[in-house]
Amino acid sequence: MEVDREDGRSQNQLRPLACSRNILHRAHGSASWSQGDTKVLAAVYGPKAGTKKNENPEKACIEVIWKPKTGQIGKPEKEYEMILKRTLESICILTVNPNTTTSIIVQVVNDDGALLPSAINAACMALVDAGIPMKHLAVAICCCLAKSGYVILDPTKLEEQKMKAFAYLVFPNSVRSVLPEGSLRVEGEPIENGIITSVTHGIMSVADYFYCLERGRAASVKLSDFLRRNLQQQSTDSSKAG
Amino acid sequence: MGLPNANGDLSTEVEVDAFRRLFPLHFYEKHLLESISPDARPLGRARETTIALGAVASANGSALAKIGSTTMLAAIKMKVMTPSLETPDEGCIVIDFHMPPICSPIVRPGGPAEAAPVVAKQLSDTILSSGMINLKELSLVSGKAAWMAYLDIYCLDADGALFDTALLSAVAAFSHLEIPVPVVSLNDDGKIVLSEEQGLSDREPVNKEKRKINLSSIPFSLTCVLHKNYILADPTAEEESIMDTIVTVVLDSSSQLVSLHKPGGTVLAYTSAIQDCIALTRQRVKELQKILEEAISGMEVD
Repeated sequence: MEVDREDGRSQNQLRPLACSRNILHRAHGSASWSQGDTKVLAAVYGPKAGTKKNENPEKACIEVIWKPKTGQIGKPEKEYEMILKRTLESICILTVNPNTTTSIIVQVVNDDGALLPSAINAACMALVDAGIPMKHLAVAICCCLAKSGYVILDPTKLEEQKMKAFAYLVFPNSVRSVLPEGSLRVEGEPIENGIITSVTHGIMSVADYFYCLERGRAASVKLSDFLRRNLQQQSTDSSKAG
Repeated sequence: MGLPNANGDLSTEVEVDAFRRLFPLHFYEKHLLESISPDARPLGRARETTIALGAVASANGSALAKIGSTTMLAAIKMKVMTPSLETPDEGCIVIDFHMPPICSPIVRPGGPAEAAPVVAKQLSDTILSSGMINLKELSLVSGKAAWMAYLDIYCLDADGALFDTALLSAVAAFSHLEIPVPVVSLNDDGKIVLSEEQGLSDREPVNKEKRKINLSSIPFSLTCVLHKNYILADPTAEEESIMDTIVTVVLDSSSQLVSLHKPGGTVLAYTSAIQDCIALTRQRVKELQKILEEAISGMEVD
């Protein structure tokens, strides 16, 4: 089905992605992530000694501070902080540095749709830049459902507002392994099909949600390839310098 | 203290309560193996739920909802206000969720609890996007006056599944809501002003009956906790703190998915787990609909 999107993209096409790491020199790790016009800056400080009051001291603790582009910090920012914190806690190996706190500060530079997924991607790259031990990367994507039933990926802000419903989905990155394919499956599905985080807005039918999941998984494979190339390139650059 | 037994744990040497405090995860895993939770519920069943309508007499609509020990009090107060220019014939609903220190030892005075703004935002998104209330029903005079409903939900006891209980109390409060009779009067500038009924006023009311608001496609939710291959429905606060992967599914009465909220968590959710959670939620929606209808018909008999 031909779908007319304002910027001429097809249904499954993502906006141009750009990611650069190590841009802030005081922070232990930093990354800037942009998807089209949406741009987010993330900085990581840590691990620092001590955990916050109600947190388990036998594990590392993650603290997220979300800074909006304009305006005061309110409930939406607190919700984003909670979702980011739980998502990043599930990808980091928390038992390596117990009784420490890692702070992640996310600054919104421009919001043109798919803000939370961009922030998750930026925070994940900043954690890689800081060298925090992780099990796998978190690859985040936004899927929108229109009234007529088709699904588009990576919407702009105008598209998000016109759509019936949208879902932010976060998957682990795709696995490239020397082991035979069958051995890495859990319950008959490859690891990258598992959902780390899912946040939906608006009403959709259950079948539509599963359709969004399929599309999201396909897109996360493309995003994983982009991340892999980006990380390999920058690591070969720094090894040449050293 | 005794020595570890053949399984390598102290389960036969230590009293049950002490084992529960010292090794909470092992305690729960022993129960999950038998497909039961420590309070003798089967894994897919939620705790006992009750709704009491009209708990706050001075509010226009109110309800007290309890799921197990988690208790939420919701109250709605209506005020007349001018609608915004973009939506001149729609009213407005403002939802606020409070966690006073009475609800849990983790919450201390001097600042909102961490969970409070998150649950408040989730509630407002769910109630407004589910289309349960048609905002046009809250309009009085197009462009000049409309009702603004302030919904306040207070958590009196936080024992897990806060969002489920809060949503249930909000829905019950809306089903109990009676929109008051507005009074037309001339204010000092000679303009026509609509206000709520004043007890001692001798002016003519616009319409004599208090009306109930029309609710379509009411949303109901179920929170589940995922641990390895098990799905435990309606966790208590202890279970939520030990097993950190929480999935909340909100379905409306026509089985449309209003929200599927899974904020991170160590366990990855595959398609089968999600389908199981949605199936458990469907059953729960039927249970909750029945409980809500019984509560409403109980009130009407009075």
